[in-house]
Amino acid sequence: MTAPHKSLLDVEEMEINFGPQHPATHGVLRVKMKLDGEKIMEAKPVIGYLHRGTEKLFETMDFPQCIPHTDRMDYVAAATNNQGFCVTMEKLLGITIPPRAAYIRMMLAEMQRLASHLVWLATHAVDIGAITPFFYTFRERDAILDLFEEYCGARLTLNTMKIGGVPFELPDGWLDRCSELVDGFNAHIDEYENLLTENRIWKKRTIGVGVVSAEEAIEWGLTGPPLRGSGVKWDIRKIFPYDRYDEIDFEVPIGETGDTYDRYVVRIEEMRQSVRIIRQCLDRLPDGPHMARVPKVLRVKEAGMVYGSVEAPKGELGYFIVAGEKATAPYRCRVRPPSFVNLQALPMMVEGHLVADLVAVIGTLDIVLGEIDR
Amino acid sequence: MSDDKPTLPPEETPAAEEKAPEQTAAPETREKPENQPLSDEEKAAKIAEAKAKAAARKAAEAAEPKEPWEEKPVPPTHEPALDDPDAVALGTEMPGVVLAADRFAGEITLSVPADRIVDVCRFLKNDCDYKFLVDLTAIDWPERENGRFDVIYWMHRYDDSKRLRLQTVVAEDAPVASVTEVWKTANWMEREVYDLFGIVFENHPGLERILTWEGFNGHPLRKDFPVEGIDTGAAIYPDVYPPGGGPQSDEVEDGDGGEA
Repeated sequence: MTAPHKSLLDVEEMEINFGPQHPATHGVLRVKMKLDGEKIMEAKPVIGYLHRGTEKLFETMDFPQCIPHTDRMDYVAAATNNQGFCVTMEKLLGITIPPRAAYIRMMLAEMQRLASHLVWLATHAVDIGAITPFFYTFRERDAILDLFEEYCGARLTLNTMKIGGVPFELPDGWLDRCSELVDGFNAHIDEYENLLTENRIWKKRTIGVGVVSAEEAIEWGLTGPPLRGSGVKWDIRKIFPYDRYDEIDFEVPIGETGDTYDRYVVRIEEMRQSVRIIRQCLDRLPDGPHMARVPKVLRVKEAGMVYGSVEAPKGELGYFIVAGEKATAPYRCRVRPPSFVNLQALPMMVEGHLVADLVAVIGTLDIVLGEIDR
Repeated sequence: MSDDKPTLPPEETPAAEEKAPEQTAAPETREKPENQPLSDEEKAAKIAEAKAKAAARKAAEAAEPKEPWEEKPVPPTHEPALDDPDAVALGTEMPGVVLAADRFAGEITLSVPADRIVDVCRFLKNDCDYKFLVDLTAIDWPERENGRFDVIYWMHRYDDSKRLRLQTVVAEDAPVASVTEVWKTANWMEREVYDLFGIVFENHPGLERILTWEGFNGHPLRKDFPVEGIDTGAAIYPDVYPPGGGPQSDEVEDGDGGEA
């Protein structure tokens, strides 16, 4: 007697939505998947749920008014967003910032990198099933945010840089408290590593998952830890040093195989390097003004277009600003968000893997939807 | 010090006046109305002294060069960049393709015709080693006559960390060839340009809207698109939440409150 229907193993492809309302998508990412059992045959990210038209808004505002809006893009790394915009504007206006301002900026940016990587580590680990690191990382992140609050009054949307320097002098005792935090930080990173690096479950979930070769990474335009995890030595702080990164001694960690575990190792090492950078900034912090001598109304002299970029925690964050002659506002301001470009590689990284690996890959790309959708 | 000065007898004022030019601190200036007005010669002497001081300060500043952040900003200027090696290589390979070359703030921009863009990009990637497309975007110039949009390609070379920008003019409603075959990363960037500017990329593997939704009417980054947005018809309860404001509390309670 033969069965007239297909066997149970002969299932059809099933279409499933992942997100946009799902905590493991780190925001409002939606992934349309075609599944064969639990295997992903096709994945298509759908974005735009957080689109606020920031680039359009930039065109209606003066240059300094744009800065608070940059905070809202990568909202877990506001300081680097400010830095990117200010660095680009200084290039367009020809402003040289005083060394003290540059050192304060670097400290803030590296602390922001630490805070951003701590959020990444916490959420990435929770996604994969390790909840404990979350409590440790948020403890240290809170200490960093306290320092931000003391400096500029805000914890998340900092608005902490100005075109031509930084808006405030450091408060009394801030350097001591920062120094205390930095001195104890490597011990904290050791704590996270104790929990994860040699953890058997962590390794099983990350090694060999979402592998990207160096050629593929370049072809897909990846930047930041996803590119360095594949073994490409690339860091904007090294190749186009902005502020005073050329005076600072630090390493660019790279991975070997380009899998999720390598990207984890790269980011952990980046945190140690950030600690090293802050330590050097604290030791060498020069005296002097914290703002360059800039006119009250910032006016472009010659019409032109410039592109400036910084190494944000997620990758290369670029600003492309077009301004007319004697303009006080951008004619066009394009933001090149690292997460947007990195997310594009998601289908290539997950196809053929299991659904559970999709969560690991989204976590390892360290995306922020506020920046992707703008 | 400030206690005894206001009680000075009038005959001692000349002594106080002699002191006044030396002491330029704020407390002294407050006492001036109490003193007798200065004579013309004394005024002239004071002016001369102030002038000499200012001149001395200027001379000291000139002798000691100022730091760049104390000076006025030095904005970048445009320079021709036809001598750039990549512009030369491109011009040799494809004569006439480099329409203009400009260097501004250390960045090189080559203008190329839109119909050759894929060939140019392929040459730059394969022969000039620009393996990395950093950014692709567009600019809208609605007033311009020879084509409304600029499409901008911004690429990077690893060996010497050099960056190069291509600029190509595209007319409204005219398609431009997609470079997704050259760099895979152009895929989403071209979709974004299509979505926000309405520039159509030919031979793109899946040219769909990316930040707005399918069926959205308009292209938000065009200059003629209003900043405040358009009525998309996407309001969920237009009768309860009328356009231009939040819910009107009375109507909400009357309309829906009873049934809830």
